[in-house]
Parts: sequence; structure tokens; C-alpha cells
Amino acid sequence: MGTSPWAEAWRRFRRHKMALFSLGLLTAIVLLVILGPVVWRVAIDEIDFAARLARPSWAHPMGTDDLGQDIFARVLYGGRISLAVGLVAMMMAIFVGVLIGAIAGMSRGWVDTALMWLTDLFLSLPQLPLLLLVIYLFRDGLKARFGPEVGVFILIVMVIGCFSWMPVARLVRAQFFSLREKEFVEAARALGASTPRIVVRHILPNSLGPVIVAGTIDVAAAIIAESTLSFLGLGFPPDIPTWGRILFDSKDYLDIAPHWALFPGLAIFLTVLTINFIGDGLRDALDPRKVM
Amino acid sequence: MGPYLMRRILIALPSLLGISAVLFTVLALAPGDPFEELATNPNVPAEVRVMLRAKFGLDDPIWQRYFHWLMAMMQGDWGYSFISRVDVDQLILQRVPVTLAVIGASQVVALLIALPIGIISAVKPYSWFDRIFSTLALVGFSLPTFFSGLLLILLFSITLGWLPFVYRADISATGWEWWWLHLKQSLMPVMVLGLFQAASWMRYVRSAVLDVIKLDFVTTARSKGLKERVVIMKHVVRNALTPVVTLVALRMPAVFGGAIVTEQIFRIPGIGSLLIDAILRNDTPVIMGVTFVFSCLVILFNLIADLLYGWLDPRISFR
Repeated sequence: MGTSPWAEAWRRFRRHKMALFSLGLLTAIVLLVILGPVVWRVAIDEIDFAARLARPSWAHPMGTDDLGQDIFARVLYGGRISLAVGLVAMMMAIFVGVLIGAIAGMSRGWVDTALMWLTDLFLSLPQLPLLLLVIYLFRDGLKARFGPEVGVFILIVMVIGCFSWMPVARLVRAQFFSLREKEFVEAARALGASTPRIVVRHILPNSLGPVIVAGTIDVAAAIIAESTLSFLGLGFPPDIPTWGRILFDSKDYLDIAPHWALFPGLAIFLTVLTINFIGDGLRDALDPRKVM
Repeated sequence: MGPYLMRRILIALPSLLGISAVLFTVLALAPGDPFEELATNPNVPAEVRVMLRAKFGLDDPIWQRYFHWLMAMMQGDWGYSFISRVDVDQLILQRVPVTLAVIGASQVVALLIALPIGIISAVKPYSWFDRIFSTLALVGFSLPTFFSGLLLILLFSITLGWLPFVYRADISATGWEWWWLHLKQSLMPVMVLGLFQAASWMRYVRSAVLDVIKLDFVTTARSKGLKERVVIMKHVVRNALTPVVTLVALRMPAVFGGAIVTEQIFRIPGIGSLLIDAILRNDTPVIMGVTFVFSCLVILFNLIADLLYGWLDPRISFR
């Protein structure tokens, strides 16, 4: 037909109306979070007891919390952290998953068996209790070394990444199993290409579709994981308002200040929902098993 | 079935060992020394310190320490809570039934919602029914339990005042009233957890039924003149359930995560809230114990899934 695979994928993605709409909404959220603090110049820790627990108004679009701090500014700031955690944790998960999946997929025999046993083991670990355990044990050490913000960020991203690579590894391994027997790989091998070159130039690009889909959904899962940790009071410290942390602070004031919980909660929900819809659309567009 | 069960248990044991190894490694890698306090205390002479370290085996090679720890765990010697001065296994045993009840009830709710809707969606794919519930499933899937829990509290406890939002273990009423009060206070936690799982199960059931419904034996069953209802229930659903069971078992760790959050929101005295309390109070033996119990529960549920699998597809148990 003469169209590139990406144009073809975009054509199929556009047919998924909710995914297209979600892409627009997510772009708006991301732009708001990145550019918002430049325009909305209210400090996240400006305490104003006169405006304590105020309802949403023009001065405070999302109201204020128990110290009179502006929730809109805090939600914008928290969004940066939540999105950054989601993206970096996803990259960690993809990196580890592709590495393990590729090694398992290229080597037969005991290496493959051992790596898959490890994958299954990680799949059956109770993630949240272990996340909590690791954070409990390592938090102080990393805080002392990198400072509270960066230390906790590194810890949370590493831990979430280390507990979400398994589906990617399985996907990549399955893709490698079918791709390495294909004629074009055999042709490359016959031409004398080395194994690393075959993997990087021929097999990996062709197994990218499902990995992109899994990666999209991983971003949503990582955002939820970070928010859960913060909601339990064990994520970022109180002076760093991520979305989950704002919810944690707000939950004892639900009866007098419901707006305090609603806005950060909606922010998490909308971000995760749009990412999941985009993942759904990408699956239609990129997954060759589901060609319509 | 007997030998099959034995085989599954034999397969589950190495994973339990693997999990315990992961737990121990995390603990061993963590910074901080249990004898830190002694080291800085000038009243404790150096030789006493060395003796103590030798007595507790702190300088042994790591595999030896792992072995000691594992033996202690297996003999039920889980240590002593720093805070409540009770044996860890006693403390956990008190809390486990509540957690299991909440999780079990929510699984039943999820099953009752997800099975019929998933099957109807797959029987009429891309119909209005399917579209609405597929979208709802994605919405439910994206609504984290901590937010949906707060929303339910806001609606049913604060605005409407119908349900209590703090779980009370010490209800003094008896007979029917006891049951009624327990039902009222368990309703929201069970729904939060159940709806969250139902959302993802719905997707699994739908895609599994869609896969099976196209197969030839279904066409054969129809052309034999069987009623559509019988074809769907006896031929399609039973075969579609096998992959669903696997996926459900794979999601078990996520269910426990949800249970921790739910217990924390509604202040249910289960092992999830025990874990959070222990972390906030630096109660290491309890933290280790609860994490280990969660791991065992995951393995146990995987084992149950395997048994269901063998029951749904008898060929597997003969292999």
C-alpha cells in the first residue's frame, strides 16, 4: 500500500474514539502540570490560617487544606512527581523486562528455565507488603545519602520498577520464540550477522508492539503504586505533596472538606483512566494478533 | 486427583523457599545493625559485644544465617513484637480471620458480578451492553481502591449517613442484630475490593469466552440442536473458565495489596492494618512475619487455583 507501519498504526489508533479523546485529555493534563506552576504562581507551602479549609473559589480553584495551603498549586506540583515516577518506573520495568525476556528468548535450556522460574517467583511475590518492607528498611539510608526528595524518588522508582518487569519479560520471551524462527532472521543469520546484531536490528524492533502496550499500562500501574504508598503515609515525606500524599492528609477531614480529597483523587483517576484507554487503543493499533 | 495434588504441593514448596530467600536477602542487605546500640554504649565492653555477636551468629556466612532463620520460621519461632509484647505468631493469628473473611467475601462479590456480565458481553460482542460494560470495566480498573473507598465513605457515611465507616470488632449485640451490624459495616470494604476485582475479571471472562465461542465444537453443539443456553453454559463457559482461573491466580498479589489499603481506610483490624501499624512503629519482627504470611497466602491461593484448574480440565491432572 505504500504507507509506513507507523502511519498504519496511527490510522487504526484513530478509530478507537475513547483512546483518541484520552490522548487529548492526557496531553492537557501533562501540559497543565508542566506549565501550570509557571502561570499559577502560588507557593505550595504558603500557610494562611485565615483561609483554612476554604471551599473552592477564584482565589483557590480547588480550595485550601487545614493549613490554608492552596490545593491547586499542590496538585500541580504533585502531578509532576506522580508523572515522573510513572515514567521512570516504566522505563526501569521495560529495561529489566526486555533484558531478561531477550536473554531467556535467545537461549534455550537451563538459562531460559531459570529466568522463567525467577519471573514466576516475582509474579507470586506479594508486591505491596514487600514494597512497604523495602521502603521501611532502606528509606533512612537513602535519605541520608541523597536528601529526602531525591532519595525517596530513587527508592520508589527502583522498587516499583523491580516489581513490574515480569509481564514485559514474558511478552518479550514469547515474541523472541516465534520471531527467531522466521525466515528474515534466518536470512540475516545466513548473511553472517552476529547474534547481538540479529537481536538488536531484527528481532527487537519487530517485538516492540506488545512492549509499547505493556509499557503504557505500566505507567498507570506505577502511578497507582506510588499513590498507594503515599496514601498509606509511607511514600514521599509530608512536605512533598504527591497526589497520594494529599489524599492521605485529607482523609480525616472528609466530612468538613470533601474538596480536599476529591481533586487529587480525580487527578489520579483521570490520569490513570486516560493512560489505560490509550493502552487499549495502542493494543488495537499495534498488536498484530488482533488485526481487525 | 491425589497424586496431582501432591505434585502441585511439591512444585509450590520451591517457590515458598524462593520467597523466603528474597525476604531474607532484603533483610540482610538493609543498612543498620541490630547491635548498633550496644556498639555505641560505653558500658558494654568490646569482648561482650564480640561474644554476643558470636552467640547470635551475626558473623556467620550468609547462607548459614539464612538456614538458621528458615528453621526458626518453620518451627513457629517468629519472634516477639517490640510494641505489644506478644509473640508475633499469636498477634498474626488473631488478625488473619478478619482479612480472610473480607477477601473471601469480596472474591464472591467479584465473581457474581464479573461472570454473568463477562459472558453476556462475549455472547453479543460490540453490542450496546458490551460497550457500556467494557467502558465501565476500564473505569473501575482505573479507580484506585483508596479513592473509591473515600468516595463511598463520602456518599454513604457522610452525605447519606446509612453506613458506619469505622469497622468495630467489639460489637456487643447478639443474634440477628449482631449479623445485621456486621453486614452493615462490612458492606463498603467488601464492595470496594469486590468491584475493583470484578472490573478486571470482567475483561478476562469476556476475552476467554470470545476465544472459545468461535471453536468448532461449539458449532457442533449448536448443530446438534442443543438450546443456546445449554451450549453457552455447558460447552463454552466451562472451557473458558480455565484461562480465567490462571489469570485470577496471577492477580492474587494485587488483591492482597487492595486488601491492605481497604483495611487501612476502614480501620479493619486485619493483618494489613497490622502491617502498616508495625511499619509506622518500627516493629521489625511483626513486619517480617506479616510479609511472610502474605507470601504464604499467595502461594496457598495459587495452589487452590491449580486444584480448580484440575477440576475444570481433568486432562491436566493426568498429565
